Amino acid sequence: MGIRQILDNMEPHFHKGGKYEKWYALFEAVDTIFYTPPSVTRTTAHVRDGIDLKRIMITVWFCTFPAMFFGMWNTGYQANLAIADGYGVMEGWRESLIALFGAASHDPNSGWDNFVLGAAYFLPIYLVTFVVGGFWEVLFAMRRGHEVNEGFFVTSVLFALTLPSTIPLWQVALGISFGVIIGKEVFGGTGKNFLNPALTGRAFLYFAYPAQISGDSVWVAADGYTGATALSSAYQDGMSALTQHYSWWDAFVGTIPGSMGEVSTLAILIGGAVLLVMGIASWRIVSGVFLGMAATALLFNAIGSETNAMFAMPFYWHLVLGGFAFGMIFMATDPVSASMTNTGKWFFGALIGIMTVLIRVVNPAFPEGIMLAILFANLFAPLIDHFVVEANIKRRMQRNG
Amino acid sequence: MLEHFISLFVKAVFVENMALAFFLGMCTFLAVSKKLQAAIGLGVAVVVVLAITVPVNNLIFNLLLREGALSWTGIEGADSIDLSFLGYLSYIGVIAAIVQILEMFLDKFVPALYNALGVFLPLITVNCAIMGASLFMVERDYTFGESLVYGIGAGVGWALAIVALAGIREKLKYSDVPVGLQGLGITFITVGLMSLGFMSFSGVQL
Repeated sequence: MGIRQILDNMEPHFHKGGKYEKWYALFEAVDTIFYTPPSVTRTTAHVRDGIDLKRIMITVWFCTFPAMFFGMWNTGYQANLAIADGYGVMEGWRESLIALFGAASHDPNSGWDNFVLGAAYFLPIYLVTFVVGGFWEVLFAMRRGHEVNEGFFVTSVLFALTLPSTIPLWQVALGISFGVIIGKEVFGGTGKNFLNPALTGRAFLYFAYPAQISGDSVWVAADGYTGATALSSAYQDGMSALTQHYSWWDAFVGTIPGSMGEVSTLAILIGGAVLLVMGIASWRIVSGVFLGMAATALLFNAIGSETNAMFAMPFYWHLVLGGFAFGMIFMATDPVSASMTNTGKWFFGALIGIMTVLIRVVNPAFPEGIMLAILFANLFAPLIDHFVVEANIKRRMQRNG
Repeated sequence: MLEHFISLFVKAVFVENMALAFFLGMCTFLAVSKKLQAAIGLGVAVVVVLAITVPVNNLIFNLLLREGALSWTGIEGADSIDLSFLGYLSYIGVIAAIVQILEMFLDKFVPALYNALGVFLPLITVNCAIMGASLFMVERDYTFGESLVYGIGAGVGWALAIVALAGIREKLKYSDVPVGLQGLGITFITVGLMSLGFMSFSGVQL
């Protein structure tokens, strides 16, 4: 007896009039995790493609794994480094958990110690994100009769990865609730929103609880540890102060403090390469973001400034610091909130790149810019599409009309 | 000097966006943003009207209303005359008159634009973004040149916001919004989320 048979036996209960009619959305979600949905195109427009939204989203989810595992190790590594330097251990249930897995020695040279400590911070955050966000997703799916969409897999993991390790769990729950409900479900679910839900939740936390999450000082899970993030130390003391602490390779590989998923440009690019080769993430958006960032950074380098040290930051540093790589690969390429047209994707990407550097360099209020830059570009994505389509119509009218 | 004007312009467009930072001009902002074409027309109209009314009100304030402004007339005791309590009345009158004149002018000389703007031009008279810009001008004590730049900048910022909103609303046509939120409700939420995106500029020092 295969899974198919079990599911088929259960199915009648979930149809209209069955015992569990209300739970159809959940049944459908489980069914399509195991099997491709049987529905096929019936009208005149035919698209032949074996991959559906669910498979796309799960692929994206897998592609965050390098960044996720590296992030867990690095969270532990940074904390254990600080503890080895004489800072206190964060007491509490997490510490008991760490001791349970035999990682209580807090040795930064031990891969296991680092990994367990990181996992003790990341996994509860991810769990809360998943349970609370999933609750809203299923509730809306049941009440409003749409499918439980795997877009939520991606939203939840991306949201959790953008968070710092030291964030209180109730804030995590609040953030993902805002992101899922206001960012997505009030518009009718996946595919109908206009902002990236994960970033909406993150931005909500950012403005509501700046003390915990603003990115001025680093998030290291060691008691009493404070310090400036790489970006804000570059802003305050200039590039030379930054390069004294970290080499470019440190930042590229990711052994610097930061939010859990964003630190390692290398790990993100590994996941990103898979997405780009499979055609899931748009290479036009990614190139647009990169070129826009590089051009703006070069422009600022050329202008120069006596007072603002960020003007001198070269583009290859912009690439590896903060959340730039993470935003470029995973957030900007969200197919729902980005521009749809091919030409539009270039403009959309470039707008993100330009805005990121602008915020980082000229806005002293925010050390990091990629999150707000993507949200800002999301606002103009439909407009960009509109003008691209208009231009196409005009060109064809001239050619054929 | 040029640098000062540029930073004033950028500030008016992005940092102090009329619609998304101050939430001014909401009534037309929400009502006329269903269609992109209409939004563009209204946006252009607002830019034109702001570019004229703010500098004109600046002249009125500096030459007639402000304390001691009447001293150029040579009237005895003119230095102590303070007519600024007539501000609201004068500014709204000036705005209404200018919009009226502009309408007649366009009707006569640029009928294409007049037809494109249609009802939006008279509607603008009662748009609080227009009045707000004049009041900000008085409060911040802009010079004539500054008020011209500020007027254009505030208009461009408002136009940008309404055009972006119209783009989003055209996209949201395909959304499945809960019954209770359809129409204005979801638009308010949309505008709130938009101003979250515009928060990226808050704190920029220019």
